[in-house]
Amino acid sequence: MATTTLSPAAPAYRSGLYEWLTTTDHKKIGIMYLVNSMLFFVAGGILALVVRVELAQPALQFVDEAFYNQAFTMHASFMLFLFVIPILAGFGNYAVPLQIGAPDMAFPRINALSFWLLPLGGALMASGFLVSGGAAAAGWTEYPPLSGAQFSGTGTDLWIMGLTLIGTSSILGAINFLVTIFKMRAPGMTLFRMPILVWTVLVTSVLVLMATPVLTSALIMLFIDRNYGGHFFDPANGGNAVLYQNVFWFYSHPAVYIMILPAMGIISEILPVFSRKPLFGYKAFIFATVAIGALGFSVWAHHMFTTGAVFLPFFSLMTFLIAVPTGVKMFNWIATMWRGQLTFQTPLLYAFGFLTMFLIGGINGAFSAAVPVDFAIHDTYWVVAHIHYVLFGGSVFAIFGGIYYWFPKMTGRMLNEALGKLQFVIMFIGFNLTFFPMHQLGLAGMPRRIADYAGNAGWSELNLAATAGGFIIALSMLPFFWNVLISLRNGKVAGDDPWEGNTLEWATTSPPPAYNFDHLPEIRSERPVFDARHGRTAAH
Amino acid sequence: MTADATALTTHTDHATAEAVEAHGSGGIGTPVLGMLLFITSEVMFFAGLFAAYFSIRAGYTEVVNGTLQHVWPPTAYAELLNPFAFPFHQGALNVILPATIMLVLSSITCQMGVWAIQRDDHRGFVRAFAVTVVLGVTFLLLQAYDYSVLIGEGLTMGSTTFGTTYFTLTGFHGAHVFGGVLMLSVVLYRGMAGQFSAKHNDMVEATSLYWHFVDVVWILLFSILYLL
Repeated sequence: MATTTLSPAAPAYRSGLYEWLTTTDHKKIGIMYLVNSMLFFVAGGILALVVRVELAQPALQFVDEAFYNQAFTMHASFMLFLFVIPILAGFGNYAVPLQIGAPDMAFPRINALSFWLLPLGGALMASGFLVSGGAAAAGWTEYPPLSGAQFSGTGTDLWIMGLTLIGTSSILGAINFLVTIFKMRAPGMTLFRMPILVWTVLVTSVLVLMATPVLTSALIMLFIDRNYGGHFFDPANGGNAVLYQNVFWFYSHPAVYIMILPAMGIISEILPVFSRKPLFGYKAFIFATVAIGALGFSVWAHHMFTTGAVFLPFFSLMTFLIAVPTGVKMFNWIATMWRGQLTFQTPLLYAFGFLTMFLIGGINGAFSAAVPVDFAIHDTYWVVAHIHYVLFGGSVFAIFGGIYYWFPKMTGRMLNEALGKLQFVIMFIGFNLTFFPMHQLGLAGMPRRIADYAGNAGWSELNLAATAGGFIIALSMLPFFWNVLISLRNGKVAGDDPWEGNTLEWATTSPPPAYNFDHLPEIRSERPVFDARHGRTAAH
Repeated sequence: MTADATALTTHTDHATAEAVEAHGSGGIGTPVLGMLLFITSEVMFFAGLFAAYFSIRAGYTEVVNGTLQHVWPPTAYAELLNPFAFPFHQGALNVILPATIMLVLSSITCQMGVWAIQRDDHRGFVRAFAVTVVLGVTFLLLQAYDYSVLIGEGLTMGSTTFGTTYFTLTGFHGAHVFGGVLMLSVVLYRGMAGQFSAKHNDMVEATSLYWHFVDVVWILLFSILYLL
């Protein structure tokens, strides 16, 4: 037939699996980021339950100290490096090209490489459980001398190699995001019309680009000390153990913002849509994001107040300063909801969860920023409470909000609202029951990273409550995974724009075609789809 | 299936062409911007190593003439690391200064290659890049020889913090030179196949930027390890 001769050679038949394994489509890669991250979320969650079960009552019942150390080390490593950071990169991967009206990322094959380094690095890290001596066990910070060759085994080397690959994945992803945002925006999509998520990914990418290579250098020095007889962190031979902490935190404090800024971006996408109002103070929000990113590089040593080797007044002041742009954002979010027509669907509930829990995480963090208070609560459960209110109460609530928000776009089907709300309520209760008592435990002097404590220390009841809360969080995952399973098959068909969204991803089909857009609406503001829906621009 | 695939390709090309028309033309090329950002990350990687070097260097002390003093490099290796000591050092050649000159020269020849392709001078481009690759490989061979001399003299990764920082810094720089030589070779091969022109030379420019970066890192390393 004539038409057949005109078309290019038909591609060989490829199975769906082959298509996913070889894809360079940013949407498929984004979804693979999400799935891979959820697997590590489950693994990290199981390790957290191991920790909680052991701490439920005094004395050792279920694991020995060595395995306990591996459990909390790998719990944090999985959750930070293989769940929160990559899942946010996954949302960025899925949403950024759609939101700026681009057909794909700037370097699609490098994008695929960024993804595939993650399961590889994660597998390397996790393989530590299989070698003699077990996985890395010196805490996710892996301070020498505990992480040196003298005190830790092959698991630590595997941890270093795995994390180096994961870091490389982050760096390549950041380069890709930056070039995509600077070079691939649709006509009319000026910088100050970009959705907030794109802005937060932009700032996050700069942080990754500047901070993650420094972590790589710290890991490589640690590896050289461990395996090639180096003396970087060995005071007995002229090295400097605190040097590792400086180089490590030069990455790992900005990493906190790498883990929260895109989550703030997700919240800033959800709140305007479900409040039926534009984001209040769009530009102020952007400048606050940039300010957090910039200040983030000047506060790393607040993790090292008690070393006595850092300039306390400077780092304390800079740390307090970060509260200013963060407060601006809180104001933006609250003012966005003020007198809005709130529709209480699941994504908005998670946004509420984020706002309230992240607020507590900000306030309890301010205590640690005050040097005299920090000397008392350093390395206690107060700090554990703080990090979980920020990263679980903040980032993870935003992540679930993002899943409920974009699932219809990714799959073409809605997640079940009732199950979503059920999950939110159970998770919210479980989260607070787990982590709120940790404030009191910290003030009562319970140090973190211990497998056992005295029965007469007065910590038993609160630990039991935290353990019960941990199981309630685990329980809340059942309605979630059930929801995903049944909604993929039988969920309500979403249509192009189920939430009446503002940004360009809602202007294409659900799921979008491989090339993203047949037609783009005119872009005359930061809400092009809103404008088109209300006839403010001609749709074409 | 076929019809779908056809529609898909057409649309992709159309959308990409539209995007390129809107933003891709003019300004900095996409591969060049990607390379500049990659170099930024590399700068930060070396910044971490340099920070460790300076921190360790500032804290180094040893007993000189009976008193504990800050010296650098350690007195045992000071003579070994004088780049200008040209009489043979105990029978071995001192090659670090010639190696440095070669790497700086290679940066110049590399840039001459970029200028050549920008005026469509294929012959000049291929010639300049071929010379660059040869100079890069020579640098690596000289560095390997220098390592053998130093190790023969007893300076190893484990000999004080100086040895640790020296071999880490120069070793990672050497690895980057190796990576640069690979990139230059690919560009040279593609250039010999006629894939670049005055209009299409983003890869050439990106590779040359990387090579200049590697050169600048060496100049810094040479300064802090041998001169200052």
